[in-house]
Amino acid sequence: METVTITMKNLPTLYLEADTISPDAFAGKTAAQIAELPAFEGNVPTTLGAYFTVSGSAGATAADTKIVVKGDVKKVKYLGFKMSAGELVIEGSTDLYVGAWMTGGKILAKGDVAAFAALAMKGGELTVEGNAGNYLGAAYRGDWRGMSGGKIFVKGNAGSDIGMYMTGGEITVGGDVDVHALTHAEGGKLIVKGNAKSKLGGQMVEGTIIVFGSIEVMMPGFKPNGEVELEVEGTKAKFAHFIGDTGERHKKKKGVMQYGNLYKKI
Amino acid sequence: MSEYIIKNGHVFDPVQGIKGDKKDIAIKDGKIVDKVGSGAKVIDASGKTVMAGAVEIHAHIAGPKVNLGRIYRPEDKLFTCTPTKGMERMGGGASIPTTFKTGYEYAKMGYTTAMEAAMPPLFSRHTHEEIRDTPIIDEGAFPVFGNNWFVLEYLKNHEIENAAAYIAWLLRVTKGYAVKVVNPGGTEAWAWGLNCLSVNDPVPYFDITPAEIVRGLIEANEYLGLPHSMHIHPNNLGNPGCYETTLDTMRLAEGFKAKNKFGREQVLHLTHTQFHSYKGTNWGDFESGAKEVTDYVNKNKNITIDTGNVTLDETTTMTADGPFEHHLTGLNHLKWANVDVELETAAGVVPYIYSPNISVCAIQWAIGLEIPLMMKDPMRCFITTDHPNAGPFTRYPRVFKWLMSAKARNTLIDSFKHKDKVLSQTSLGSLDREISLYELAQMTRAGPAKSLGLSAVCGGLKPGMDADVAVYNFNPDKPVANPDDIETAFSRCAAVFKSGVQVVSNGDIVSNGNKRTLWVDVKVNENAQVARDISEKFVKYYSMTQNNYEALGHHFVPNPFALEVDATQV
Repeated sequence: METVTITMKNLPTLYLEADTISPDAFAGKTAAQIAELPAFEGNVPTTLGAYFTVSGSAGATAADTKIVVKGDVKKVKYLGFKMSAGELVIEGSTDLYVGAWMTGGKILAKGDVAAFAALAMKGGELTVEGNAGNYLGAAYRGDWRGMSGGKIFVKGNAGSDIGMYMTGGEITVGGDVDVHALTHAEGGKLIVKGNAKSKLGGQMVEGTIIVFGSIEVMMPGFKPNGEVELEVEGTKAKFAHFIGDTGERHKKKKGVMQYGNLYKKI
Repeated sequence: MSEYIIKNGHVFDPVQGIKGDKKDIAIKDGKIVDKVGSGAKVIDASGKTVMAGAVEIHAHIAGPKVNLGRIYRPEDKLFTCTPTKGMERMGGGASIPTTFKTGYEYAKMGYTTAMEAAMPPLFSRHTHEEIRDTPIIDEGAFPVFGNNWFVLEYLKNHEIENAAAYIAWLLRVTKGYAVKVVNPGGTEAWAWGLNCLSVNDPVPYFDITPAEIVRGLIEANEYLGLPHSMHIHPNNLGNPGCYETTLDTMRLAEGFKAKNKFGREQVLHLTHTQFHSYKGTNWGDFESGAKEVTDYVNKNKNITIDTGNVTLDETTTMTADGPFEHHLTGLNHLKWANVDVELETAAGVVPYIYSPNISVCAIQWAIGLEIPLMMKDPMRCFITTDHPNAGPFTRYPRVFKWLMSAKARNTLIDSFKHKDKVLSQTSLGSLDREISLYELAQMTRAGPAKSLGLSAVCGGLKPGMDADVAVYNFNPDKPVANPDDIETAFSRCAAVFKSGVQVVSNGDIVSNGNKRTLWVDVKVNENAQVARDISEKFVKYYSMTQNNYEALGHHFVPNPFALEVDATQV
């Protein structure tokens, strides 16, 4: 695997929309060619080279390419946009749409990521060592197709509306989550090691939520369904089981009504 | 104005019966002429196909429900935006493009006239603002009449003269073009939580049937002698077995003859026929009724139809058939928007994905192609996608490919997951007819123009007609190596002229042209009762005053083209 390192040298005044910073766009290119890749600062067309120094060279394919992003990228959007393979390491915190529409490969964000990270993700892995913003793994505005595959790990906290319209894949949050997690979910799994707030799993049709901490306000559409013992990521514990959201339509599979499952550690 | 001569192209013009002969087309002062001076600009069309600008007879491209679709589907613009380029302003959207993109895309495919198929009269101002902001193409809009309280009340008592006076008034104040009917009676019934699924289901409160509404509106339409006929989306759209309702609806036109000065011969235009040609009793035994429907249309010369081809895309359905959209959201569980338009109509919007892997969608696709292939007279069957309901209008070149190449159809059928079902439930696999370029010109130019009463204006290349001309990079002398070449050629014109102004060159927009709003100005004798009924309804029921109702003046209709009708002597 070849490594390309890009380092912020000129901070953008406006936000830089850099949807070309991905192993797919870099693959097969030299440092000079990568510097020529297009981006937008506000509505002005520009190149990556105007903001970043580029060193190293990319592999022949996305899978053979690792990108390391250094320096202050708090005003850079779309890192790892639509990436299908390879690796992306972001050493600091960054802005919106990290790994949005990604289908494969690995992203490691060592700082925080802002909203819409891993939006409509289909595959691959996103690890966030800091906190994640709102709409993590959710569907695009207006769309009903959220995260459908892949894995997201957040060591810190995550914002609101995460996993909205999720249909598959897994999100694990080490800290707390804000309101409206897994709204409208039709599949997938969310593990919250910390606490959850209100409207958890609202209008959820299928899928799983596991909460280790507290739930500030439980949705009235969730019905208690006894207690179960589960092993979640190496921890064996007793959980209270709820099914819901009973206010929504639910599918029958082999004559059995399918519900969203919510487990809260006792 | 400049003069042009389009030289040595293979011309296809059903108006003059020209079938691919090499001919020069001369343009002067916005019109087709016999000859031009030696200073005329030469467009070399050798090895290319030349046709009149195409005419869209039924699309949803302007007005509140189109805009509702735009507003509640931001995801339709995801990854489909195009930046400013030369003359072109930025645009976006796939199934519900912005107004600018709508005008550009039609023009690039060689379309120069398009009809907005359902204008709620109350929102005619909004509709005309969007039409104004859609560049290049001439547009008209059909106000909806089939669930209008005035119409229901007049026709209940068979007051044809009053209905006609009301139609004349409404066409004038809304700058409307034709009498559109959507799910007659059914949309009003929807306001009561009901529907009319057959032509004999009574409309609640009004105590009238869809059959009486349809017959009454045909009669009023011919009483006035309007350019276009009554244009109908019948009851029971999209349900297995609906072909019988379609046949019942068409039978209502029996005995009526067209009466107008515009050369129109039909009294009923049946729109998006594909959605109305389903046999079977449920989605499991769902099958094509295209044969039954086209057999009837082939025999009855007073009817024209358009196809409503499913293009197998993700799209946005929108119709004044409110109860249907509620039914649809129950089937696909996608977001639903519903609007009630006071005394006049309603509308619903639901996104829809026509997946080639779902047997029902693949069968719908096949039915849409069976209909034009089974129609004997291409002058009475027009290509549409009921944009955006069965697919976006930008897919016309693909529909042309399927119609012009049996190989293209069969390749697609072979790729279907439910291939056997498509072959057993439809007869598309056994139809080897391939539409010729001449027939295509009939189905997309001369035919719809004649049906709309515009045969003296557009749809042909006869001297004296508007100089709407499309030049395609398609050589009819050469065998088609790959059917995809048809799609490519019809997607982007080599050149397009709209009323004598070159608007497209090598697939790029080079001018915003001289866009006009087409409407029908009918003179009728004063009718005190109708005038009183109108003012009374505004005072009693409407949420706005009569003074704020009319779409009038430069802001709404900056460049009108009125077709004048005198109905004072009938």
